[in-house]
Amino acid sequence: MPVSAEAVGRTFPPALYAVGREKVREYAHAVGETNPLHLDPEAARAAGFDDVVAPPMFVVVYSAPAMAPAVLSPEVGINLALMVHGAQEFVWGRPVVAGDEITTEVQVTDITERDGKGFYVFESRSTAQDGERVCTGTWTNIVRGV
Amino acid sequence: MTVGGLQAGQELDELRVTPDRFLTVRYAGASGDFNPIHIDEEFARQVGLPGRILHGLWTMAQVARAQTEAAGGPQSLRRLSVQFRGLGLPEHELVVSSTVRELRDGVAVVDTVAEQGGKQIVRNAEAELSPGP
Repeated sequence: MPVSAEAVGRTFPPALYAVGREKVREYAHAVGETNPLHLDPEAARAAGFDDVVAPPMFVVVYSAPAMAPAVLSPEVGINLALMVHGAQEFVWGRPVVAGDEITTEVQVTDITERDGKGFYVFESRSTAQDGERVCTGTWTNIVRGV
Repeated sequence: MTVGGLQAGQELDELRVTPDRFLTVRYAGASGDFNPIHIDEEFARQVGLPGRILHGLWTMAQVARAQTEAAGGPQSLRRLSVQFRGLGLPEHELVVSSTVRELRDGVAVVDTVAEQGGKQIVRNAEAELSPGP
């Protein structure tokens, strides 16, 4: 089935994620973080943060509720069984801490076909409750055998 | 010239980590990515993989950790871009190597790769670090 680029430009509804202390700690343990800023509220407060600091890659957690519907959208048309993660970029703003409420919006920015593979590029823009952009992500998924 | 003690050509401390047998299960729970290729040995083999494979974003998190541990904390990582190649496997040591390429406008630009058994599973990765004052 040829790749359709019709969904390029499509924006999906924003999704809100409330950052919880125990989720930050669970994530930090899973990726091997030992920095007390991620694990110990007292250490985080002593360093001037309101609560434990999310590791930068915690963006995958708070952006997931916005990313999943975009990647799964029938309009985008990705065959999940044949999808691999090709490339990823994140640009971070201020650190995210437990208690933040992050809203993420996702847009399809590019769909192309090369060498029998489909390249699907999404941009995620995550903004905290104070209006500050905390992360912009560029997600490149490759679908084999299109 | 240095940025937060980093200078061009400098190698950052290597990060070495061996994901244990159940790491992918814990990461699935922590991240919400329950794709069975990461947690179900039988399913992974059925779709032609050698077995359960690591989440690419877990591997990217190790690349990120190598940077933040070298540059003085989570707030120092401004940007990270990676390309994923090949398959990451549990119970095999992952090695992240990083070299400062240049200093630019108060930011250290770092070339970094992650390999397992001598094969790069994250390559052409670039980080921008701006260590605190």
